[in-house]
Amino acid sequence: MAKLESTLKNMILSLGIISLVASTLLAGVYILTKKPIEDSDKAKQLSAIQEVLPDKTAVVGEKVEIKLKDKEEAFVIYPATKNNQFIGCAIQTYSNEGYGGKISLMVGLDKEGNICNYMMLSSNETPGLGSKLTDWFKTKKGKQDIRGKNPEKDNFSVTKDGGDFDAITASTISSRAFLLSIKDAFEAFTQYKKTLK
Amino acid sequence: MNKLKILFNGILKENPIFVLLIGMCPTLGTTTSAINGLGMGLSTMFVLICSNIVIALLKNLIPNKVRIPAFIVIIASFVTILQLFMQAFIPSLYSSLGLFIPLIVVNCLILARAESFANKNTAINAMFDGIGMGLGFTFALTLLGATREILGSGSIFDIKFIGDNDGILIFVLAPGAFIALGYLIAIINKLNKKTKQ
Repeated sequence: MAKLESTLKNMILSLGIISLVASTLLAGVYILTKKPIEDSDKAKQLSAIQEVLPDKTAVVGEKVEIKLKDKEEAFVIYPATKNNQFIGCAIQTYSNEGYGGKISLMVGLDKEGNICNYMMLSSNETPGLGSKLTDWFKTKKGKQDIRGKNPEKDNFSVTKDGGDFDAITASTISSRAFLLSIKDAFEAFTQYKKTLK
Repeated sequence: MNKLKILFNGILKENPIFVLLIGMCPTLGTTTSAINGLGMGLSTMFVLICSNIVIALLKNLIPNKVRIPAFIVIIASFVTILQLFMQAFIPSLYSSLGLFIPLIVVNCLILARAESFANKNTAINAMFDGIGMGLGFTFALTLLGATREILGSGSIFDIKFIGDNDGILIFVLAPGAFIALGYLIAIINKLNKKTKQ
């Protein structure tokens, strides 16, 4: 078959049909993958919540959104109970002060507000430098580990700023943003505890 | 043309990265580790093979004057399909490559093969060209990623072999990508010359 001439009719028809077929195909794939994508997002979030809670067998309750003043987005709190006792919560927190913009993470606190664990959800920090956030603050080495610490008693800033924690080598900005997000989470936690009583 | 010749053409003689030097943006951007390079290479290969076949099949139905928009629609559809499937079924790879997947649309390697090969050859030949070029691209990205990972983070495919902070950081950052690529091209050219003699 010879190549189609570049007449107006041919061009409109050919491009139109290709676009039509492509969009139909995409719509099909979108419908097909919608459910698995939602599921995998949910599973990821749930595993992050369970990972940071003080007790892995705890029951995760309905989420509560807490808004702090001067913060654009609300902090999402997932309270955890065991035998109907409040044992702590997981808080989805964030900071916009990261080196690559926003960082978001899940942090777990027990009922006194001690940090149990944390898990990075998303960040755009420099690979090999700021991206070390994933493990840095839960590694037992020097003054790195934030687990078991309480933002009420300990100063959640980097040592350079007079705080209690070592910043990641060559990534002070990322470390600052991280500690800030933990402090904000703690503030949200304090507000949330007031609503409990 | 011999099919094997087409296949090996892409891997060695006309390797898209080391010899043709096209598609540099994802090459330099994603290769911070061997596994990222491999993931990006395979994703690109999938799109390249699919688009090459489809374009070779449709080449007579696409009038010359609108061929570029038609190619872009076809390529973009495959990229979106890939993106949705990856998000649904391999979320971990998706989160590390995320930003660069949509950018496959404008990877000039794919458009270049569509324009210079698939548009003039049969579907079977175009498929072999896609496989060859895709393998060449994957090989180059994995090699570059491995080099940068070994030098920059002291690990290979996430297996550590030196201490935490002993990597040469610059190789994980953008300038390191250029340096590593430069040296790799030099070495490959030297080897190519030797085999010719």
